[in-house]
Amino acid sequence: MIAIVDYEAGNIKSVTNALERLDVEFTLTADPDAIRKADKVVLPGVGNAAAAMASLRAKGLEPVIRSLRQPVLGICVGMQLMCRRSEEGGVACMDIFDCEVKRFAPEPGIKVPHMGWNTLGNISGKLFKGLPASPYVYFVHSYYAGLCPDTVATCRHGSTMFSAALKYENFYGTQFHPEKSGTIGETILKNFIAL
Amino acid sequence: MVAKRIIPCLDVKGGQVVKGINFEGLREVGDAVEMGVRYSEEGADELVYLDISASKEDRSTFTELVERIALGINIPFTVGGGISSLDDAARLLDRGADKISVNSAAIASPRLISDIADRYGSQFVVCAIDAKCLNGIWRVTTHGGSRLTERELFSWAKEAQERGAGEILFTSMDHDGTKAGYACEQYAMLEEMLSIPVIASGGAGSVADIVDVLTRGRADAALAASIFHYDEISIPALKGALTAAGVPVRAVL
Repeated sequence: MIAIVDYEAGNIKSVTNALERLDVEFTLTADPDAIRKADKVVLPGVGNAAAAMASLRAKGLEPVIRSLRQPVLGICVGMQLMCRRSEEGGVACMDIFDCEVKRFAPEPGIKVPHMGWNTLGNISGKLFKGLPASPYVYFVHSYYAGLCPDTVATCRHGSTMFSAALKYENFYGTQFHPEKSGTIGETILKNFIAL
Repeated sequence: MVAKRIIPCLDVKGGQVVKGINFEGLREVGDAVEMGVRYSEEGADELVYLDISASKEDRSTFTELVERIALGINIPFTVGGGISSLDDAARLLDRGADKISVNSAAIASPRLISDIADRYGSQFVVCAIDAKCLNGIWRVTTHGGSRLTERELFSWAKEAQERGAGEILFTSMDHDGTKAGYACEQYAMLEEMLSIPVIASGGAGSVADIVDVLTRGRADAALAASIFHYDEISIPALKGALTAAGVPVRAVL
């Protein structure tokens, strides 16, 4: 059973739909026991990082998530909340991944939000098993996690190279949306489910 | 580098995809969900579904359809047609739409753009603009091109961006349905003046037209309907041609 953390952080329909398409059992929950007992945990998130972090804390879920030992996947803002802190609202996050989240600086020729299909580079680890070297995945974000020892996939937007995916022990995070990334995204979700 | 996007557009009435020429006369071309799944499998980067029905009953059918589309496809999709309030937008977000597009209602009440963008983010709001050239001025139209407004394309696009629209989808009513190519010069001008992505729509008749609007026209995405619906162009062949022309596109696997 996969637990999707339900903490009122934007639209999570795309994540539940993707798991339905893959025909896996899941439950949408904010109950600490249900989250602790799940085989895998998905932390989705869309919107403002500070608001999402406040909502997670209000539900008492920060210590629960940090204490998990099963595979955990943070998606988009869900991943950012697993970093040290975010410039968006200047909020301290869960400090699982060893990097900070910053806003893309304006520069000629690039658009913010970074929205659309872009390629991954330097992919490594089980999450990307069976994929070509530079697969296209779907991004929608204005803030990014910098490169760090936990980076397991990179992406470039303008002159900024950032972490497209992070991994530390049992914690995984993707800045892109695997649930919207076609068959490549489905492979990544299947790889997570198979961990 | 962000890839240029290929976006099939599906006009929906009563759950069926229909296609008309210059918004007059409709033909049914297939089931909305099945066609979306097929396009996503063929390598479409995104889909746009437009509700062109008029009745209230059809509107609720469309809302249910959005839920089935969201469950059926694994790429982003935009829904539009008749969205006139924050509630309309919220209802479609709830059913799984990745973005919504506003058109006539935003012209009547430009605040609609800021209201939706402030609540759900700019990435959720596409401002669709239908315009035609009269005496050298690109006039914005509503109701499928049948009503002229006092607004002008470029100033309205700029205002929409300032109000928080995340993308501009400009359809040239002079080119739509002609299959004679896109309004490339106007897209290049929009690209020059805007910082948000521009989606080109209206006039696609060949692979060369799409290559043209994504290079000379500098558009971020090309939208088309009939050339995809009637298999005049296959998406894999189109992407092959774009790659050969040096346009960054997502490879079809």
